[in-house]
Amino acid sequence: MAKKMTGSNSISRRRLLTTASAGAVLAASPFRINLLQAQEATIKVGFPVPLTGPYGTEAQDQVRAAEVAIAEFNEAGGLDGRKAELLVRDDKLNPGEAATRTLELIEKEKVNFIVGSLSASVQLAVNNVTKERKIIYNSISQSDEINEAKDFSKYTFHEALTPHLTAGAVGRYAFSKFGKKVAFLTADYAYGHEMVRGFQEAGKAFGIESLVDIRHPLGTTDFSALLPRIQALKPDILVISNFGRDQQIALKQATDFGMKKSMKIVAPILLYTGRIAAGAQAFEGVVGGTSYYWGIEDKVASAKAFNDRFRKMHGGKVPSDYGALGYAGVKTLLMGAKAAGSLDTDKVIAAVEALKYDYYKGPEYYRKCDHQAVQSVLIIESKSKPEKGESDVFNVLATEEPSERNLRTCEALGHKS
Amino acid sequence: MAGMSFDLIALQLFTGLALGAIYVLFAIGLSLIFGMLTVVNFAHGAFYMVGAYVGLFLLSLGGNFWLCLVAVPLIVGTIGLVVERFLIRPLYGRGIDYPLLLTFGLSYVMVELIRIAFGKSGYPFDTPELLQGAVNIGVGYFPLYRLFVIGVAAAVLLGLWLFLERTSFGLIIRAGARDPQIVRVLGVNVARVWLFVFGIGSGIAALAGLLAAPLQGVIPEMGATILAEAFVVTVVGGMGSIGGAVIAGLLVGVVVSMTSLFAPEMAKVSIFALMAIVLLIRPQGFFGRAGLMS
Repeated sequence: MAKKMTGSNSISRRRLLTTASAGAVLAASPFRINLLQAQEATIKVGFPVPLTGPYGTEAQDQVRAAEVAIAEFNEAGGLDGRKAELLVRDDKLNPGEAATRTLELIEKEKVNFIVGSLSASVQLAVNNVTKERKIIYNSISQSDEINEAKDFSKYTFHEALTPHLTAGAVGRYAFSKFGKKVAFLTADYAYGHEMVRGFQEAGKAFGIESLVDIRHPLGTTDFSALLPRIQALKPDILVISNFGRDQQIALKQATDFGMKKSMKIVAPILLYTGRIAAGAQAFEGVVGGTSYYWGIEDKVASAKAFNDRFRKMHGGKVPSDYGALGYAGVKTLLMGAKAAGSLDTDKVIAAVEALKYDYYKGPEYYRKCDHQAVQSVLIIESKSKPEKGESDVFNVLATEEPSERNLRTCEALGHKS
Repeated sequence: MAGMSFDLIALQLFTGLALGAIYVLFAIGLSLIFGMLTVVNFAHGAFYMVGAYVGLFLLSLGGNFWLCLVAVPLIVGTIGLVVERFLIRPLYGRGIDYPLLLTFGLSYVMVELIRIAFGKSGYPFDTPELLQGAVNIGVGYFPLYRLFVIGVAAAVLLGLWLFLERTSFGLIIRAGARDPQIVRVLGVNVARVWLFVFGIGSGIAALAGLLAAPLQGVIPEMGATILAEAFVVTVVGGMGSIGGAVIAGLLVGVVVSMTSLFAPEMAKVSIFALMAIVLLIRPQGFFGRAGLMS
């Protein structure tokens, strides 16, 4: 009557205790915790870009394009099921702010990679943080310094073009076609100086005569005081090396002064967003370089695929040049992780170094000594008016194929071979 | 110095006049408002910017540039009237700081409103077709549009001069600029005069903004730089003096232009050097009233 404490269908106390304690041990064990993390942890890509400030438009396009890269990676299954996630931060185009945001992304959010930053000085600030913390960083804007030995680290990658490469490519095209007497109008900061240096080095081979190099302060709104002097010197080519609004205003005012009638205006980079902001008239006939123009989709299949995906995700818009760098910067790191099969930093670095890829513009690879993406440079000319819809703003005149010859040598950058 | 022909220097001087024309239009209002109302109008740059945007808006509705030249100062001038009547008038008699802070805050509000309405990145502003191209003014090619700006500035100055010298309202304004106390004692409704002066000043600033738009496009921040330069102009010319604003405005334009010819990096700094020199020699500016700031 009172002998059996438990029924045949119920669980005996001993069994209950054994099972429960075994369960508790398993629950507390590190083995179980690891399982949990592997299932839930996403691959985090930190993305500090200047959302506020003069390059907000370009930065926002970079975010849009980076979202395309993340979506494509996740849809293809991610890294063994682990999805990627983009953590966008506003660096306000300020090196101090960028360093703080980067540190926050690394310490607090525990990101796996950092991609980002417009402006040379901001990139270097981010790079200083990432190289100290041993996090892979892919820089997506123009810089000559980031490849140099003193700033470089094995964690640093550079998907964007360098001023030396861009100015060189445009110079090689322009100096062979438009003449030898060259005047320079240059923004007085690192970007301008690096571009002029690139032009002058390329120009040596063509025997150009540098008539004058007028430096203007960053943020100049009225160039009228500088233009008559240039006109008086009668150059064949006027090279205007500035960026963003400075470039838009300079081109507009040079047009107003009728300078296009007597000389060819050349710029190292022509931005799609800049052309849209300034209008067709200011940019008309100007020849420049770019890393990407959506219009190459007729000839390059990967461009068409990228453009179509971008259009689908972002209401029919086409990606801009800087935007496309946001895409490539994120994609190369994610694909490197996929090829390595892991997120271990050194394994990913090795995988990205070995990567031969064509994600959006043609074949590319990273040079071993400085992790510079060896890629094509497009020479474009701005149209007088769009023909096939309002995005049809440039004609691609020529493509300089990817070649390490056009980059500064590893030795020149200070890398020991 | 190689290449410094007479032609180049003359062309450069002309460029300076064109630069100065915008400064003059902008600084007149600033100087008048300070001279008469003793209000440091930090929102003056915002009115300049709003003028450019109102012009852009009217053009997008299908108007033409000539219409805008008349409509923009009227519209923005009216906004100025409203601002003076309801925002600034309550602050009179409390010293110089309150209206200054108010106009400073107002400038932020106006810039943000424009950002919300028109976006942050700004727009291109095409030069009107009739005014495109460059003309040979004897010493070189000069943009037709800049000649037009000089012309408009001259016309506005002439109109203003006639108004101030030949009408009784103008007489009151001149007297008020010279000595506001006496004018009040004489029974003039000073409040109404000041309302009108603020409106005129804002309207002319808006016109300056509209004229500047084809030169550099429009962005919400365009009023900030010119305000700093205009303060230099009003200080050099003398706060409260229109003649001073004209001479100083043209002088500043020419100084920037000529400095750019020889040392472009120093161009922006040169106007502050000019201001420092003038203040050392004559603290109230060329034609200013001594002791205005106390």
